[in-house]
Amino acid sequence: MRPATSAGAVVTAPLRWLARATDVPLSAWQRLTGQRGMIALFLLPNMAIFGIFVLVPLVINLLYSTTGGTEFFLSDRPQVGADHYARLLDCGNYLDPNSCRDDMFWIAVSNTARFVFFQVAVMTLAALITALILNRALPGKGFWRAVFFFPVLLSPVVVGLIWKWILQRQGLANLFMVELGLEPVNWLTDRLWAFVAAVGVSVWAHMGFYTLILLAGLQAIPRDLYEAAEMDGTRPFRVFWRITLPLLMPNLLVVIVLSLIRAVQIFDEAYVLTGGGPGTSTMFMTQYIYEVGFANLLRNPGLAAAASILMACVLIVLTLLQLYLSRRSGAK
Amino acid sequence: MNRARMLATASVLALLGAGAQAGEVRMMWYSDGIEGEVMQDLLNRFMEENPDINVTLDNVAYQVIMEQLPIQLASGEGPDIARVTNLKEQAEHWLDLTDYVEDPEYWRTNFGDQFDWMRPDDSDIIPGFMTQLTLTGGFANATLFEQAGVAMPGEGATWEEWVEAATQVQESQQTAGAFSIDRSGHRITGPMISYGANLVGEDGKPAPLDDAAKAFITQLVQWTDEGKNLRDVWVSAAGTTYIPGADEFINANIPLYYSGSWQIANLSTKIGDAFDWVAIGSPCGDAGCTGLPGGAALVGIKYTQNPEDVGKVMDFLAREDIVKEFSERTLFLPAHKGVVEAGGLNFQTEDPSAKAALEAFVGFTGTIMPEANAMPAWRYANAVYGGMVNRISQAMAGEMAVEDIFARIDSDIAEQVAAADQTK
Repeated sequence: MRPATSAGAVVTAPLRWLARATDVPLSAWQRLTGQRGMIALFLLPNMAIFGIFVLVPLVINLLYSTTGGTEFFLSDRPQVGADHYARLLDCGNYLDPNSCRDDMFWIAVSNTARFVFFQVAVMTLAALITALILNRALPGKGFWRAVFFFPVLLSPVVVGLIWKWILQRQGLANLFMVELGLEPVNWLTDRLWAFVAAVGVSVWAHMGFYTLILLAGLQAIPRDLYEAAEMDGTRPFRVFWRITLPLLMPNLLVVIVLSLIRAVQIFDEAYVLTGGGPGTSTMFMTQYIYEVGFANLLRNPGLAAAASILMACVLIVLTLLQLYLSRRSGAK
Repeated sequence: MNRARMLATASVLALLGAGAQAGEVRMMWYSDGIEGEVMQDLLNRFMEENPDINVTLDNVAYQVIMEQLPIQLASGEGPDIARVTNLKEQAEHWLDLTDYVEDPEYWRTNFGDQFDWMRPDDSDIIPGFMTQLTLTGGFANATLFEQAGVAMPGEGATWEEWVEAATQVQESQQTAGAFSIDRSGHRITGPMISYGANLVGEDGKPAPLDDAAKAFITQLVQWTDEGKNLRDVWVSAAGTTYIPGADEFINANIPLYYSGSWQIANLSTKIGDAFDWVAIGSPCGDAGCTGLPGGAALVGIKYTQNPEDVGKVMDFLAREDIVKEFSERTLFLPAHKGVVEAGGLNFQTEDPSAKAALEAFVGFTGTIMPEANAMPAWRYANAVYGGMVNRISQAMAGEMAVEDIFARIDSDIAEQVAAADQTK
């Protein structure tokens, strides 16, 4: 009597058939090109996708940045050399956007720098505190972890809209304030509050992801170090300072660099929340590029491309920093 | 051939041919009110009369028309027909319907007055027709004025008089602001021309802001600082983002609202019988009391694979009886000369405020100044509109002094014009 075919065998049958079918050409390829050829072959699909969707657009963007006019096809656009870069970088004093020829670009750069500083600082601190709390033996620990991670799952546009409903002039926040007998606040039309809102909403939306990274780092710290400290009667703050923080540092650095990269790219939730206003108080780099390239009544794709190349330079530096830190922590 | 293979073959053929099947026409359409439903109804009727042509109406957000359609057009793609408001800038992409409509003379006679708004300079093509004519103008919340015991300024009243009266209502009724103007360069251009501004230079390019233009901008910023112009509308965005103040008026947060005739259906639908409102036209400045004409047009796209079918659809929609019905049902002012001259439009609304407003706006067309009438056909109009909005917002937000924004507006406009004029 033949044994009954198991469900697993049925499921893997197509895979086994595929493996047999590809075995001959792959073996031939390996004989022909050796191990390096096999590596190249397996990397090829990924590299092709990367090339088509990242490298080619990057090169086109670079070419775009050296052309002028409002036409979209490169072949229809006149060459202007480095004019766009010269316009963007033409400044009397880089710390004073008003002295720059394209002051909006430098306002966007300045806003982005301030945003990155505050958002990364506040988010890292908040994620660290949250991770420390969630690492303790709390009742309903899984639930609390889900609560903090939930905003990460939301679309940035949804995040922006939710908070806009809360913070607008006749929104929930002001409703509560009036109920409590307080004066309503112009959360989104006051320059300071709008900036605070942009930072706060961004922290709320992304903190969960970084909390998880730090939580993983905390759980990797050997328990016996804490037990030894406890036996020595070390104070909790000293335990944190001397054991937790140093051992968490690799994770903390990854969190800082990743959030830096993310913060430099800030656009969607801030754009939905404040539209870049009041005035230009929350207009960040990506919005500037979007406005100049796509949203303005008279578009200037060449200038937008030049601005995006400059922004890409910043991101490349940050990415290299992240790679360096990751390798260093990996080596340790 | 077995059934599965036949189905697969048919699917592939359908996919390959989907972009350019004969008899297939795609129309990209946005709606301010109920006009999408009316257009679908009219198209259904067209398809009954022309069973060999299938018209698909793609209802999209206005932002898609403004931001995505231009990119599609630039790459030689796009729908077969589109409803657009950026008429002049994109004129090179419109299909010349002359060879595809039954009677080009009918088109020239009835829609010819606006062809220059939507075709390149010195061109004689038939690009499409205006689905509606619009005129910027104001609306007042009559109930709030009445409750405050403030008389509405009469015909010929100035901007200052209207704002003063609205401020009295604001103080009496504790509204959030006295008035609001849509955040749009187009919307403030009418008042600037009323103040005497001349935006067009002798060379046909934008002129630097003159004293009259500066006077209105300064006044507007001052009214914002004083809490009369509702801050939220202008201050809550950067760039050239369009923000209407309609919701503030609908929610009775302001007694005075300056927008345009296209808002009538929207106000009628959303306000209902909550309060009485009236169209007040454009308040006056030293030079006049003009609104800015404009509107939306239905144009054929020159990249269509089916220009004959596009011509048939356009012929149907441009018919006098169809234009009349469309205008009556959507509460839009028609652009068809025959329809206008015949008169007797029976706007389909039970709302007396809407009916009165429509009639009022027809009357306000008599106050349009020649400088305002020339704006829709001026290729640099968008450069001027766009160049002003962001800077005025900055002044209102307190980022720049109002006297400092004028030089920036001039240089922004000059940069935009220079970029637009760069050709290979």
